Amino acid sequence: MFSNFDFGVIIRALPYLFYEGMTFTLLLTGLAALGGLVFGTAIALMRLSGYKILGRIAGVYVDFMRSLPLVLVIFWFYFLVPYIGQWVTGASRPISVGAFASSLITFIMFEAAYFSEIMRAGIQSISRGQPAAANALGLTYAQTMRYVVLPQAFRNMLPVLITQTIVLFQDTSLVYVLSITDFLGAASKVAQRDGRLVEMYLFAAIVYFTISCIASFGVRRLQARIAIIR
Amino acid sequence: MIEISHVNKWYSPTFQVLTDCTTSVTKGEVVVVCGPSGSGKSTLIKCVNALEPFQSGDISVDGTKVNDPKTNLPKLRSRVGMVFQHFELFPHLKIIDNLCLAQQKVLGRSSDQAVAKGMQLLERVGLKEQAQKFPAQLSGGQQQRVAIARALAMDPIVMLFDEPTSALDPEMVSEVLDVMVDLAHEGMTMMVVTHEMGFARKVANRVIFMDRGEIVEDAPKEDFFGQPRSDRAQKFLSKILSH
Ligand SMILES: Nc1ncnc2c1ncn2[C@@H]1O[C@H](COP(=O)(O)OP(=O)(O)OP(=O)(O)O)[C@@H](O)[C@H]1O
Ligand SMILES: [Mg+2]
Repeated sequence: MFSNFDFGVIIRALPYLFYEGMTFTLLLTGLAALGGLVFGTAIALMRLSGYKILGRIAGVYVDFMRSLPLVLVIFWFYFLVPYIGQWVTGASRPISVGAFASSLITFIMFEAAYFSEIMRAGIQSISRGQPAAANALGLTYAQTMRYVVLPQAFRNMLPVLITQTIVLFQDTSLVYVLSITDFLGAASKVAQRDGRLVEMYLFAAIVYFTISCIASFGVRRLQARIAIIR
Repeated sequence: MIEISHVNKWYSPTFQVLTDCTTSVTKGEVVVVCGPSGSGKSTLIKCVNALEPFQSGDISVDGTKVNDPKTNLPKLRSRVGMVFQHFELFPHLKIIDNLCLAQQKVLGRSSDQAVAKGMQLLERVGLKEQAQKFPAQLSGGQQQRVAIARALAMDPIVMLFDEPTSALDPEMVSEVLDVMVDLAHEGMTMMVVTHEMGFARKVANRVIFMDRGEIVEDAPKEDFFGQPRSDRAQKFLSKILSH
């Protein structure tokens, strides 16, 4: 099997794999993590708000998102959004949404569900005395969250948030169902074109593995540091 | 300054934590609140700045009713300093930033003004050198002095203390009490939940004794220590003064 292994294929494909593929993968990962964190925090605040209806809506959303396979959501969302857009704007034909925008929105919605659970745990880990002290100084609810509770919750949860982002980094490869050229998509295109499946998929695996490992190692270092600061 | 009248509070329909509490604190007065654990002291003092809601009765601070839904609570609270048993400094902020946060966000002071005020108060509690440290790097007594400085930075008209020394190692109690005694001598209006009867003897004008959610005794210091009228207060006093 390895007798006619051709490294040249990989080397020739490197610019394409990294400039096109990896750039897309990292961009999608970064933006989806950021968006997921923002909306996830909003969902977590809804669940903890004490308003029953808000909490219920957020809870249903989280459970719904977590009980669907991601690849199905990506797929359906891509085909449904144009029609939803048409319905919302009242246009005469389906609104075309690019594959990137569609997959980004999907990942943000999906990650928001997971990040919200992490942030909820983080907020609950802050003792009640902290918001009480902030309120006693005259800070409003929003200021208390913004300056006292959320910064601490975020710090406490940083290792878990990064770990979730590593999972997200790997999950972004699922956009292949939309024939998008992310890193894996690029590798598989080269593989098909040159008939070099073994080389390309092996290389792709090594790259995902290496990046995820380095990130995990970073998380452990971070965890140790946070443990010392506390 | 603080008017508490006929306050009743329930944590659940069957559990009444405050029963018909009525008292007042006039300007410049230092009132010590004591009583057995679970008697409702913390709850009562938290009702004063509306950290805890109550079901009936009235509390007003400097003429503003705290249980009026129209009252701007953040604004009212910014004028009522509060010091907690467990300090509650913000652990992610440096000491000086702990002192500046509310000055800037609530009172709208500029960064320079807030820092100047903060440093002045840190100097007053003897912790100017610690300004750039984080709370976890300070001892309990130092943290509590920072917490007092943080409350004072808002230029409060009254200060509430909820057992400010009971989470401290014994050797740190006096450094915190000294700050509080100075404050009392300067004429600050204070309501202090504490079992430090030495402090009460030194600066209190009145002592309130609570038991099972009721204000059992509310007397000038001399009367309270001279001859408490109720049995319960007498028992309590003999218990805490015996050790
Ligand atoms: N959030 C709450 N929900 C239900 N019960 C509570 C709550 N907070 C306090 N209690 C109860 O109310 C009673 C009074 O509590 P409070 O903290 O006011 O007492 P305390 O006099 O300050 O006691 P300590 O000296 O232990 O601080 C206690 O029996 C306590 O268990
Ligand atoms: Mg208490």
